[in-house]
Amino acid sequence: MNWFTAFLKSSIGRKVVMGLTGIFLIVFLVVHCGVNACIFVNDNGETFNKAAHFMGSNFFIRVAEIGLFAGILLHIVQGLLLWADKSKRRPVGYNKTAGSVTSTWYSRSMGLLGTLILLFLILHLKHFWVPSRITGLGEVMYEQEKVLNLYSEMKRVFSELWVVVVYVLGVISLGYHLMHGFQSAFQSLGWNHPKYTPLIKSLGFGFSILVPLIFAAMPLLMYLEIIN
Amino acid sequence: MNEKWTNYKGSVKLVNPANKRKLEVIVVGTGLAGASAAASLGEMGYKVKAFCFQDSPRRAHSIAAQGGINAAKNYQNDGDSVHRLFYDTVKGGDYRAREANVHRLAEVSTSIIDQCVAQGVPLAREYGGLLSNRSFGGTQVQRTFYAAGQTGQQLLIGAYQALERQVALGNVEMFSRHEMLDVVTIEGKSRGIIARDLISGKLERHFGHAVLLCTGGYGNVFYLSTNAMGSNVTAAWKAHRKGAYFGNPCFTQIHPTCIPVSGDHQSKLTLMSESLRNDGRIWVPKMQNDPRPANQIPEEERDYYLERRYPAFGNLVPRDVASRAAKERCDAGYGVGASKMAVYLDYASAIERYGKTEANKRGLHNADKETIITLGKGVVAEKYGNLFEMYEKITGENPYEVPMRIYPAVHYTMGGLWVDYELMTTIPGLYCLGEANFSDHGANRLGASALMQGLADGYFVIPYTIGNYLADEIRTNSIPTDHPAFMEAEAAAQATIDRLMNIKGSKSVDYFHKRLGKIMWDKCGMARNEEGLKQAIAEIRQLQQEFWSDVRIPGDANGLNPELEKAGRVADFLELGELMCVDALNRNESCGGHFREESQTPDGEAERNDEDYAYVAAWEYKGNNQYDLHKEPLTFEVAKPSKRNYA
Amino acid sequence: MIMSGDMKLTLKVWRQKNSSAKGAFETYQVDGISKDMSFLEMFDVLNERLISEGKEPIAFDHDCREGICGMCSMYINGRAHGPWKGTTTCQLHMRAFNDGDTIVVEPWRSVAFPVVKDLVVNRSAFDRIIQAGGYISVNTGNAVDANSILIDKPDADKAFAAAACIGCGACVAACPNASAMLFTSAKVSHLALLPQGDPERKTRVNNMVRQMDIEGFGMCSNTGACEAECPKEISLENIARMNREYVSSVFAG
Repeated sequence: MNWFTAFLKSSIGRKVVMGLTGIFLIVFLVVHCGVNACIFVNDNGETFNKAAHFMGSNFFIRVAEIGLFAGILLHIVQGLLLWADKSKRRPVGYNKTAGSVTSTWYSRSMGLLGTLILLFLILHLKHFWVPSRITGLGEVMYEQEKVLNLYSEMKRVFSELWVVVVYVLGVISLGYHLMHGFQSAFQSLGWNHPKYTPLIKSLGFGFSILVPLIFAAMPLLMYLEIIN
Repeated sequence: MNEKWTNYKGSVKLVNPANKRKLEVIVVGTGLAGASAAASLGEMGYKVKAFCFQDSPRRAHSIAAQGGINAAKNYQNDGDSVHRLFYDTVKGGDYRAREANVHRLAEVSTSIIDQCVAQGVPLAREYGGLLSNRSFGGTQVQRTFYAAGQTGQQLLIGAYQALERQVALGNVEMFSRHEMLDVVTIEGKSRGIIARDLISGKLERHFGHAVLLCTGGYGNVFYLSTNAMGSNVTAAWKAHRKGAYFGNPCFTQIHPTCIPVSGDHQSKLTLMSESLRNDGRIWVPKMQNDPRPANQIPEEERDYYLERRYPAFGNLVPRDVASRAAKERCDAGYGVGASKMAVYLDYASAIERYGKTEANKRGLHNADKETIITLGKGVVAEKYGNLFEMYEKITGENPYEVPMRIYPAVHYTMGGLWVDYELMTTIPGLYCLGEANFSDHGANRLGASALMQGLADGYFVIPYTIGNYLADEIRTNSIPTDHPAFMEAEAAAQATIDRLMNIKGSKSVDYFHKRLGKIMWDKCGMARNEEGLKQAIAEIRQLQQEFWSDVRIPGDANGLNPELEKAGRVADFLELGELMCVDALNRNESCGGHFREESQTPDGEAERNDEDYAYVAAWEYKGNNQYDLHKEPLTFEVAKPSKRNYA
Repeated sequence: MIMSGDMKLTLKVWRQKNSSAKGAFETYQVDGISKDMSFLEMFDVLNERLISEGKEPIAFDHDCREGICGMCSMYINGRAHGPWKGTTTCQLHMRAFNDGDTIVVEPWRSVAFPVVKDLVVNRSAFDRIIQAGGYISVNTGNAVDANSILIDKPDADKAFAAAACIGCGACVAACPNASAMLFTSAKVSHLALLPQGDPERKTRVNNMVRQMDIEGFGMCSNTGACEAECPKEISLENIARMNREYVSSVFAG
């Protein structure tokens, strides 16, 4: 496996790891967003709670969850290593830089945006993942089946203004992170083609606006009691 | 003569592989000639040391050649052949080149293209996947291979990569940011060099069984030229001072299509590729001192003077002819632009012509003028876009809208160290390749022939001819560099540096260089006469004295000091400039780039004098501004001299 | 003849005696600058003045002054080669600036490009990357007829576009991570796109990337700053191609 560790340590190997885990996390976002969007049915959480229950009880999804945590961890560790590496590569910095002319601020701030997302993620896990998997939650009955009432937990959490604000800021960070990360992942994996790259770029742009928008709508609409 | 090279190769002495490993070769300069020679000799098994003054061998000025490289491939089926390339080159050189060398050049030209393509040089291709050709000045066939406007770059990078491969394999040791300051001779043979590490300032002694100078041309003697800022004559000049003869120093090529001088702070001139003359039309107003902008001068008031004077070749006459014609018009008061020292190179008709073709291609048979112009600009942009952009960056004018202004500028030096058929100078073991030697272009070089010669010398000539010398050197062991000859040469180089540093005068190096350049351009430039040349010699001698008593070099010699580097180079240019004038004065005929006003036809064309001057002037350095002339008679067995007629 | 212009400028230039010395900025006022001068000619004017004042002129790398040798290398007002797109420092002209401007000029900054003096840096790392595999192993005299190798024109054009790299190092200078991916990938792409380069493509990309990492160049985070600042406008597509080539060389090789 010597060749494999050499690959992982190489500059391109690291990019590939970032790209692969990034795409994996993007897929997770699609699923997560899809399940959570069930609250917009506005049926007092029945569709959402059932969907969440399916996700929580399905064997394959649970296995994937382990993979998800591994992926997040890998993405974070690599990301932080890359960030830490930067200053070593240019020990004497420039007095004047005009970076904004040649690249977007968010592409240059992936480490910062990632860290903000990580902080948000810790709070987010504490709000939902910890009670549902470890400390326990209230339950609700649908057609003779007891499921966790995540919906009421959401309503409880999103009743506080500061939480809503943090969530909105968190998904804004996510949006900018994706705006660079989505197309960047494809580039890192070598998938750049004059015909398809513009498509990937537009898709990434749309995705990084739409998905955070949907996520932001959840705490907002709940706080405003438009969903109730 | 057609068999000479084949016979030579068949009978030349060889060095066996085991002995090659014991033989050391020094290559100075890493342009097309130097890089290709160093790589080829490394591949053959010689121990090579290569030197360049730039930070990387890839920077050599061969990189700036734009237009192309000639080869007698006859891929276009238009009647080309080795003989025709040979003949065109001898004629283009105005019968002042050595026939056998030129024939060899034409013979190996085809192998160069094969070699470069095998290396991955991305030469232009047709849709069928085959190589593309274009035409160039002075020829009537399409034999020029090219890579957009970056042919020199691509060929040099090919040679550079081959060189770096040998560096990686340990066959070549590379010394960049090193400048050669002297040749070391022992018992009459060249045995090494003294080089200065430009970063540390230290002098180094390097031994070699043979030394190759591939150090390019000396156009910078004119201060303003299309050469790189660092291009210099020092290596060749030091060899000359050590006994190598200098051949035809006055043969300078003035390129007709350069961007004119814009002000006194101009540091160099930029060439606009000769390929632009394929499509552009050159003209001046018919009225003297016409104040109108180009676009307001109606067609019938324009003088397309090349087409008028030379209907057969038109705008594609050789460089020397085109340059003189431009000078003639400007001197007569028809020049354009603020300085009045420029002529127009106009793309309007080419844009219209290409626009019409393009419109037809797209089925727009009744396209209006505006559409045609737009389409035409697109085609021109595809062919010459990078050159047009460069023009706009430098001048601030858009050449798609207004004609470009061009004027001749010093571009290439046909003269150089005298070499024999084997490329050896008059010092045994000292070779000279590429532009630095005098051999192949006579009194005028045809476009796209410089790249051909550099690579021919490096890839296909020196690997054979050097063996003929080194075969007799296999018993010579490496000479330790504490040999007295090395110590003396180093001490002399150090003394020159100390002398320069200790002048502590009041004028910068550039001040002297600019003054030398002006003397050379005015009196030994596009037109020369006896009186002017005599004046120039006196003025240059005066300038030499001023330089050595009043130049100021700040800083010290123990580190990177660009002013010191320049000073050493200008000191040599000051001596070379004098020799160029001496040579120009001696050659009382007009041939190629050398135009003596005393020797012209009634209608102002150059008049060659084969009776008295069909020889190579090889000058021997005697010290104290004295040079002895040795004549190598030129005989033409195949390409019989005739009047060069492009009308 | 136009004598000189009337622009007045303030220059803040990095001065450093040698690679081990500590450098600092110095400020110079220059006047009489014409819009038709090139940026380096403006430096010539300043240097002439410094010499006349008995001071040491500013050392900077330059040679061809026509945008092709790749030697010039100034970081001007926060940008590699200054404000014009697709332009080297030597081709930048003073028309790009206004009277009264302050211009900050720094050397390329990268741990792999140590400063030699003032604005001169050591870019020999690039040569070593090429030595690691940036070539086709064909000895002189081994070649077949040039037209016996057919090359699809689009591929030939792409190879040519990649081969246009002049090795100036602006990509490294501009990259927030000081990565050399654009330089390395340009050579990998140039040779991988041609049939002549095919036999060695796996070892080539592997060795060149390894050397690039050894030299101390940074990681690539796809910001695209290199492409934006490249005087020859080398495309990011080349980096993607190199990633592809590298992955396939590791996993399929």
